[in-house]
Amino acid sequence: MSSSLWDAARAALVRDRLAMACAAMLALLLVAAVIGPQLLDYREDEIDWAHMAVPPFEVPGHWFGTDRLGRDLFVRTLHGLRVSLAIALAATMVSLVIGVAWGAIAGFRRGRTDALMMRFVDVLYSLPQVFFVIILTVVFGRGPLTILVAIGAFGWLTMARIVRGQALVLREREFIEAAIVGGAGPARIVARHIVPNLLGPVIVFSTLTLPQVILVESFLSFLGIGIQEPLASLGNLIADGAAEMETAPWMLAVPAACLMLVVFCFNFLGDSLRDALDPRDR
Amino acid sequence: MSTSAFVLRRLLGAIPTLALVVALSFLLTRLAPGGPFDEEQALPPEIRANLEAAYGLDQPTYVQFGRYVQGLLRGDFGPSFRFRDFTVGELIADGLPVSLALGAAAILLGLALGIPAGIWAALSRGGAADRLVMALAVAGISVPVFVVAPLLALVFGIWLQWLPVAGWVPGRPSDLVLPVVALALPLIAFVARLMRGSLLEVMRAPWIRAARARGLRERTVIMRHALPAALLPVVSYAGPAAAAVLAGSLVVETLFGLPGMGRHLVQGALNRDYTLVMGMVIVYAALVIVLNLIADIAYARLDPCIRREGRS
Repeated sequence: MSSSLWDAARAALVRDRLAMACAAMLALLLVAAVIGPQLLDYREDEIDWAHMAVPPFEVPGHWFGTDRLGRDLFVRTLHGLRVSLAIALAATMVSLVIGVAWGAIAGFRRGRTDALMMRFVDVLYSLPQVFFVIILTVVFGRGPLTILVAIGAFGWLTMARIVRGQALVLREREFIEAAIVGGAGPARIVARHIVPNLLGPVIVFSTLTLPQVILVESFLSFLGIGIQEPLASLGNLIADGAAEMETAPWMLAVPAACLMLVVFCFNFLGDSLRDALDPRDR
Repeated sequence: MSTSAFVLRRLLGAIPTLALVVALSFLLTRLAPGGPFDEEQALPPEIRANLEAAYGLDQPTYVQFGRYVQGLLRGDFGPSFRFRDFTVGELIADGLPVSLALGAAAILLGLALGIPAGIWAALSRGGAADRLVMALAVAGISVPVFVVAPLLALVFGIWLQWLPVAGWVPGRPSDLVLPVVALALPLIAFVARLMRGSLLEVMRAPWIRAARARGLRERTVIMRHALPAALLPVVSYAGPAAAAVLAGSLVVETLFGLPGMGRHLVQGALNRDYTLVMGMVIVYAALVIVLNLIADIAYARLDPCIRREGRS
């Protein structure tokens, strides 16, 4: 993959205004989630006894209102976003590392190794994943680490399939032959010649994995088997909001809007990246 | 009889998957630190030993596994450790009809609205209808069930008061309207997008041009020639769709207070009721496997390539 492909991809992406807007929005949300809570007047678990369940924009300082305990909803949403993003990034990294290594080795080795490794992927793939994630949370207790491991345990499967397909094609190319002639061992060929050339599809698929992980984590947290109070996640904030929607609909609207914004931006950016990095379309 | 051979082969292929589900869920729950009676305070050792003997927990793991599998073959999922008065089998029998009705209605609604919407969008490609359907579809895909369901309850249940927000009276179908719609919306969106893309692709195929060249009416070309082929991706999506609907039913049953399997599973997970969670997961897995099987068979009947392969 030459640098001109990356240049062309960057040019295509910059031309895509909506994709750039999504990238900017995600950067803004990321910064807000990381440093936002420090800049605001309230802490995420601080109770403002004078202002319980106030609607947005009614009391200065509580821009998005407060929940029934008088905790500032803006700070809590940023905090939930931070937890959700942290888990999504970590689980995506886990699935990226396992998936790329697994797929690259299977594709490079071919033959029986490949058949065995990919059969294992097929078998795990046929399991109803969400339900096994639930079993894992029951077994290992509810908390961020379990969620991370449980989602990571299944997240790498698709990545492994994509990478294997690419590796099968790549290994027939001349530069791999040149590397073999040059005396490079299999480990070096996989690490230095195959994996770097897989970056395009890997980046695209990682961008599309992130929103999926956010959705699964929020789904579990919504059900009460994911992130637990007092830690906030977008999922348990939405569950709180759903319980109070009759009297305090903003408690549902604020975290739900935040979640949809993040998921939409990641999905859209991922689709645009795919279009930009796919040379077939040009 | 090529199709029946294909069906048989797929049926036999589903058995190892189900066996793996049973073995994995059993082993995972045995990995759990502590036993099911740890949370009860001050349980005298004799009583504890009696309880464990009564549930067979004093036996080695492989004996327990053997007993569990034997029980499963007889339809016995063992006792629930938290709902002491019920067996897991009774809780499943109790919830399965509700969950099945909910899931089947959602999938049917998803197909019944998603397929025509996708066709409509494809036929008016680039036009206003296309853009409207696709914008709605993108929104529908980005909004998860656990956001759609509370919003529907808020708007139609609480503000407009058209439909009940929670509860379940047997024989009152209005209770099911909001849950089914909440489950079906993401499905409609996904099916519409899939249908549009696949129909557009099929319409470019040479045999569609051939059908037009034979002077067939556009309507016949689309209905008789393009649609059966364009439906294939939708059919193969039915398996994943079923898995998604079942996962979504956990949210919907919990939120709307429906007495289905999903609510029992969530309760079981919250209470760390291992046998209950295990039994429910096995039933859900079996449902997903069966639905995948049905989708595969439908696919084989529609796809001439597989039919021919089976005959040769």
